[in-house]
Amino acid sequence: MTGAATALDAEDGTLPRAAGRTARVPLRTLAWTLGALALAVLVLSPIASLVLAAAQGDGTLWPHLLAHVLPQAVAETGLLLAGVGVLVVVLGTGAAWLVSAYAFPGRRWLEAALLLPMAVPTYIVAYAYLDLLHPIGPVQTALREALGYARPRDFVLPELRSLPGCILLLGFVLYPYVYLPTRALFLMQAANLIEAGRMLGRTPSSVFLRVALPLARPAIALGASLALMEALNDIGAAEFLGVRTLTVQVYATWVNRSDLAGAAQIALVMLVAVLALVAVERRARRGRGFSGTAQRPRDLARRRLRGWRAASALALGLVPVAIGFLIPASYLLRAAIARITRVGWPASILPEIGQTVLYAGLATALAAGLGFLVAAGPRLLPGRLGPGLLRLTGLGYALPGAILAIGLLAPLAWADMALSEALTRLFGSAPALIGLGTGGALVIAYLIRFLAVATGTCEAGLARIPESLPDAGRMLGRGPAATLARVQWPLARPAVLSGALLVFVDCVKELPATLLLRPLNVETLATHLYGEAARGTYEDGTVAALLIVLVGLVPVLVLMRLGTRREAATARP
Amino acid sequence: MRAGIKGIAWLGLAAWATIGTALAAEVNLYTTREPGLIKPLLDAYTARTGTTVNTVFVEKGLAERVAAEGARGKADVLMTVDIGNLIELVDRDLAQAVRSPTLEAAIPATLRDADGRWFALSMRARVAYAAKDLKDQKGLTYESLADPSWKGGLCLRSGQHPYNTALVAHYLVRHGAEATETWLKGLKANLARKPAGGDRDVARDILADTCKIGLANSYYVGLMRSGKGGPEQKTWGDGIGVLLPTFLGGGTHVNVSGAVVAKTAPNRDEAVKLLEYLVSNEAQGLYAQGNYEYPVKAGAPVDPLLADLGPLTIDTTPLVEIARNRKAASLLLDKVGFDN
Repeated sequence: MTGAATALDAEDGTLPRAAGRTARVPLRTLAWTLGALALAVLVLSPIASLVLAAAQGDGTLWPHLLAHVLPQAVAETGLLLAGVGVLVVVLGTGAAWLVSAYAFPGRRWLEAALLLPMAVPTYIVAYAYLDLLHPIGPVQTALREALGYARPRDFVLPELRSLPGCILLLGFVLYPYVYLPTRALFLMQAANLIEAGRMLGRTPSSVFLRVALPLARPAIALGASLALMEALNDIGAAEFLGVRTLTVQVYATWVNRSDLAGAAQIALVMLVAVLALVAVERRARRGRGFSGTAQRPRDLARRRLRGWRAASALALGLVPVAIGFLIPASYLLRAAIARITRVGWPASILPEIGQTVLYAGLATALAAGLGFLVAAGPRLLPGRLGPGLLRLTGLGYALPGAILAIGLLAPLAWADMALSEALTRLFGSAPALIGLGTGGALVIAYLIRFLAVATGTCEAGLARIPESLPDAGRMLGRGPAATLARVQWPLARPAVLSGALLVFVDCVKELPATLLLRPLNVETLATHLYGEAARGTYEDGTVAALLIVLVGLVPVLVLMRLGTRREAATARP
Repeated sequence: MRAGIKGIAWLGLAAWATIGTALAAEVNLYTTREPGLIKPLLDAYTARTGTTVNTVFVEKGLAERVAAEGARGKADVLMTVDIGNLIELVDRDLAQAVRSPTLEAAIPATLRDADGRWFALSMRARVAYAAKDLKDQKGLTYESLADPSWKGGLCLRSGQHPYNTALVAHYLVRHGAEATETWLKGLKANLARKPAGGDRDVARDILADTCKIGLANSYYVGLMRSGKGGPEQKTWGDGIGVLLPTFLGGGTHVNVSGAVVAKTAPNRDEAVKLLEYLVSNEAQGLYAQGNYEYPVKAGAPVDPLLADLGPLTIDTTPLVEIARNRKAASLLLDKVGFDN
């Protein structure tokens, strides 16, 4: 490699600059490593403060937990994750295959609609479904009337407030985390191999099972791990539906027993378990190449469906959209209209939209940029230290949001203290708190929490770029950073964008850190909604809930438009 | 030049730090109470005094945030529900002692700290929602809900919810650990469904014939029956009977909402003034009418929807005792697997 580059330089008529290069490379590496270190310190600071908090505890909690809490909580959490995992993989991969491999009327529309469920906070979907499916709710009442039963006691559907209910609900809301990266993979890279499979006479199902599915494994694994992290850290829906997950136990320990040390201990043990699972998955994938060829990524030639086949494809694709979005959202819409006609439009809603977009937007821009760098880092940083540091920056996603936010308080306070001392030394006095209780704290919290989402999506995008392209860039005398900017960045841009979309929607929905850290007099759509839901009048918050959906929808549409433009460009000969 | 840069940097920092603050008299309220519940009170206060009330609704982790902000924090008044949370603010040394004849005259001694570090501002009772076709349940006790006669008839939200944990803590104070464990096992055996949902779901599930009786907070009765939560909830509220259970030989379990003046309050005097307003006749009336809470001030009117429930006999167990037993109650709930 180095030899080839030197030879090219020589051919070019310039002198080999081997000596100069050896002097510069370590400096550049040092700068990148320091950057990675800074980011890792930022992300690890709340975890470090949780470790300190956990160390304050005396450990007397554990015999109690082992005897009375963990057997049941671990089992329930395991079943929940297994169920949600299967459901998101089946729904997400199936939906991605449907819109990538087949052409049918309404496909474009369906492609965007399949993302909708992730715009609604899960606990609100749980509230809406309990309203709808409760024995005295509209569905069961209508069913009883149709079937001629007089009383609820005579005919009752299975209880939604149960583990299976929670699995179904979370699965239908979280599958877009799998759908989005998997669809991007089918679109960009798998086309040649899938078409080769088709030409070799494989049946469609065999092409899917033998070619598409194995190729999509990194994307599916990424999406499933994001969805499972969401399910694991969910508190609202699980608590409401009566599912006692480990996260619910963390909250009970903290809130009901004022035992932050104990809560931090449980959360950190969970974190270690999550990391172990992620490591196992990575190890299982190691050594298999998933990158494509150097040809321009292009669209898969879609099999055109007609007649009843087209209709059933559309209907099939609409099932997850309907369950995950259309049904709960139309229920919310009905409640919102009733609310507006009864008491009018909430006066505070406009500034709330502004605050929501401001903080989520800032955090998304930061996360997308840094996420790309983190994903590309291993290509820039030789050795193990740099890439190891970068791997750590994903940890923020593996903790429940409220616990992460609590962990962030101490580092923010410390930074405030240090800054205040420095300012006092410079100017003789210092202003009020700059970190704690300001918008800056929110942006930092979002960044730490959701950086893994951006990184993961960028990694999946970069993994699809054939090694030969950056190698070619390097051979043409570009440095690693220039190759990154000129070769990988343009190729990975769709992946960066989908990562940014996920991060943005996540930030808009984010609740626990926003509640804890936001400044005085600041409400976002999510805190407004929760303020109503928590006092038992969530119907009054439905306007905010719908706006969360709308604000989350705009980037979905943008992304889809970009995707369509690219498709149009690739279609040209 | 250097001074110029310094000046600009200083201005920028000052602007960053003062965004959202006004110049008039103001007070900063950190609250775990939902904005919709306290906004009418605060608006009335601002209209009366011209004082701006800056608020932030911090649901969980109020104590942690105030502790982290430390001496330069902005919090003046910390408002929360549940006696356990009030005591925690005191225990963590986040509250300061306040001497105010107005507060001491308005709030009975049992509903405030002797040293003035916490004050209750309103009360709520843990009442029973019951099916209307039940035969007369006069004299219902919390103890009797564990009777096998209620088997399959009881609905509750999570035992680890602070409302229920406080009731269990109260039971612990009155009856001791062994009797409480037996009682919890009895309650659990009577449950018609897993503990889940919120308090109003008890009413909804009674209407659905899922259960016959359950425990929930008193103000939800007012919220539902007034129609403030919409027509559906009015059906739920009107469809149930409401009873005020008592402890055997005692009174009804009551919890409080309350406030403390933050130890590092930058606007301490304004903080005390706000608290004094909150126990005025006007504010106590708003608590009662807007939120259907029981006022703490003797003689302040109770909303008719609450008065209809009958006279409230508050159990005499000191609130502080209940708060001290909160952790033990939570552990006991785990031990009997109440929520499983």
